[in-house]
Amino acid sequence: MPFEILEKQELVPTIYLMKISAPRVAKKAQPGQFVILRINEKGERIPLTIADFDREEGTITMIFQTVGKTTAHLASLRAGDELLNFIGPLGNPAHIQKEGTVVLVGGGVGVAPIFPQTRAFYEAGNRVISIIGARSANLLLWEDRMRAVSHELYITTDDGTKGHHGFVTDIVKRLLEDGVNIDRVVAIGPPVMMRAVAGVTRPFNVKTIVSLNSIMVDGTGMCGACRVLVGNETKFACVDGSEFDAHLVDFTLLMNRLAVYQPEEKIALERYKCEREGCLC
Amino acid sequence: MREGGMPVLERQKMPAQDAGERITNFNEVALGLTEKQVIEEAKRCLQCKKPQCMKGCPVEVKIPAFLKYVAEGDFDNAIKEIKVDNALPAICGRVCPQETQCEQACILSKKGASVAIGYLERFVADHERNKGVEAPHLPEPTGKKVAVVGSGPAGLTAAADLARMGHSVTIFEALHEAGGVLIYGIPEFRLPKEIVRAEVEYVKRLGVTILLDSVIGKIETVDDLLSGFDAVFLGTGAGLPSFLKIDGENLSGVYSANEFLTRVNLMKSYRFPDYDTPIRKGKHVVVVGGGNVAMDSARCALRLGADEVTVVYRRSEEEMPARAEEIEHAKEEGIKFRLLTNPVRIIGDGKNWVTHVECINMVLCEPDSSGRCRPMPLAGTEHMIESDVVIIAIGTSPNPLVPRTTQGLEITKHGTIIAKEDGATTKKGVYAGGDAVTGSATVISAMGAGKKAARAIDEHLK
Repeated sequence: MPFEILEKQELVPTIYLMKISAPRVAKKAQPGQFVILRINEKGERIPLTIADFDREEGTITMIFQTVGKTTAHLASLRAGDELLNFIGPLGNPAHIQKEGTVVLVGGGVGVAPIFPQTRAFYEAGNRVISIIGARSANLLLWEDRMRAVSHELYITTDDGTKGHHGFVTDIVKRLLEDGVNIDRVVAIGPPVMMRAVAGVTRPFNVKTIVSLNSIMVDGTGMCGACRVLVGNETKFACVDGSEFDAHLVDFTLLMNRLAVYQPEEKIALERYKCEREGCLC
Repeated sequence: MREGGMPVLERQKMPAQDAGERITNFNEVALGLTEKQVIEEAKRCLQCKKPQCMKGCPVEVKIPAFLKYVAEGDFDNAIKEIKVDNALPAICGRVCPQETQCEQACILSKKGASVAIGYLERFVADHERNKGVEAPHLPEPTGKKVAVVGSGPAGLTAAADLARMGHSVTIFEALHEAGGVLIYGIPEFRLPKEIVRAEVEYVKRLGVTILLDSVIGKIETVDDLLSGFDAVFLGTGAGLPSFLKIDGENLSGVYSANEFLTRVNLMKSYRFPDYDTPIRKGKHVVVVGGGNVAMDSARCALRLGADEVTVVYRRSEEEMPARAEEIEHAKEEGIKFRLLTNPVRIIGDGKNWVTHVECINMVLCEPDSSGRCRPMPLAGTEHMIESDVVIIAIGTSPNPLVPRTTQGLEITKHGTIIAKEDGATTKKGVYAGGDAVTGSATVISAMGAGKKAARAIDEHLK
């Protein structure tokens, strides 16, 4: 039962939006959950966080960045094309309730999964402070969408082409040092960013939640590829997460495990490029 | 059937790919008997008045009746006879532990060698498949609907039997291919996937609908299913991998057997980069455990190209739960065994990749509650085994996804679903069987449980 791509667009260079027709998944999807997809018979299963869903329309929207062969292939597909498998919603829904003041931090492509949570915290009556960052202004995602569901929005770029010249953590730190009463921080982005946010909030003892996107195969707790160390206990990101207490996560282990297949990923990507673009090798 | 009154004590030998050749490919190891061998073998059956073999078969195949047809060279009727009770004969003929079931009960096993019932079942199933399987006879629909969760041996058997009773059956499978452990767990060289697909196809021809990519507990709960179906059968297996809980177990290069086998079998990573899913092949692979899954992992690692594969097991060979045939095959292929040895920690390099497994020697003491000897570590015998890939194959427990999301479904402290002999759980209209109830066991015992539950569900629906 293939799943039709209804919409595909390049939001910023290397980051794409894709809307899939998957009514059964959309019916149950909640913020914080993810899907696993496989493009074709020879494809691998990759997890992608749900960036948005529409139960009426029966659609799931994902945002992804091209990093390896599968995401490059995915980016080459167009509306009307089909995915062979689309499994979800997986993982636990984000824990959203009225906390008071919530700071939502999205870095790079992580702005996409932080958006549905931001909206949900906003709708739950929280005071929402959002911080979104990117390497450069042209890579900044969904500023307008985020602004619409935030009471305050900060922008940071690594190169200073927009907003604060620096990192998202600079703003988190400033807010904390200024004495802003923050009840919860949610951060989604590259592991180095999430680790840095955890480092900034730890001395202030502010509850900080991160969403861990590990390597997965089945996504149902069957293989343990996604195991992460949280408070010295091994957890499976797919069924125990994706959300964890940032102050307890062993980020070094997470980053090491994410890099396990780097040599193979390189081979696969180069071969894919050769096949598509033709090469002399 | 025998000539001259004396039973023939010698059993036909299964032709196999040469060990040196087969470790370079994933093709099936056992090649199957010839037609001539099959007839000779079936003629050995004494056609006992009170056949013991049938008592040893969890799905109650009428063994003497099918063997009689085989001895006459009537393979068409032989397979018909089997299929009355068993919808998956080509699979059972390959992976059933016949030596502890039908063949162990065979009267000839006491006099020499039992009839090779498994080899014969395999032959007639393959014979039929090569000819083209006849469309099964479908009964009058009862109008009742049953949902089956999981398409492994228990689920497929329950579904096939329920369909033959006239019920409308839908299987919900979490993965992208049907077959459960037959697809993700058991390797191609022991059970070709083409055979699993053909037998799944037969179950579909009985009228069973299979919905793939459907993780029950997520896309729908069992309670959701009960609003559209008259009964639910849970054949969700034991898919949650156990780890040793020792230092270094999360290092890069350490796999659960489930992950390793799923990558190899379901995702076909042995064909990377033609298939996209990568796997780390390893030079020195250490497999921890002594069951069939450990043997499968070790033999896959060898075929992926490892220089050396070592099975580390804390008891002695006598206690190994793997089938004797699998251990034998593994030895022939050059797998090394370190028995009475147990890992104490896994050591990595600066980049977090495994480099060594530190082990300790064990001694067997008095038998424990399972009747096996409890192994104890021998202080001062710590030693290192060099390794760049470690596969933990020490067992699995049931996935908690369904119990956690089903109101009123009770489980034991081991996570297995509580069910009566007929599969009835603590929740009305919900039945369960196979590894989800027993913890990890065999394909055929799961099929037996599926069969019993199908009967109980049929009664419940009347």
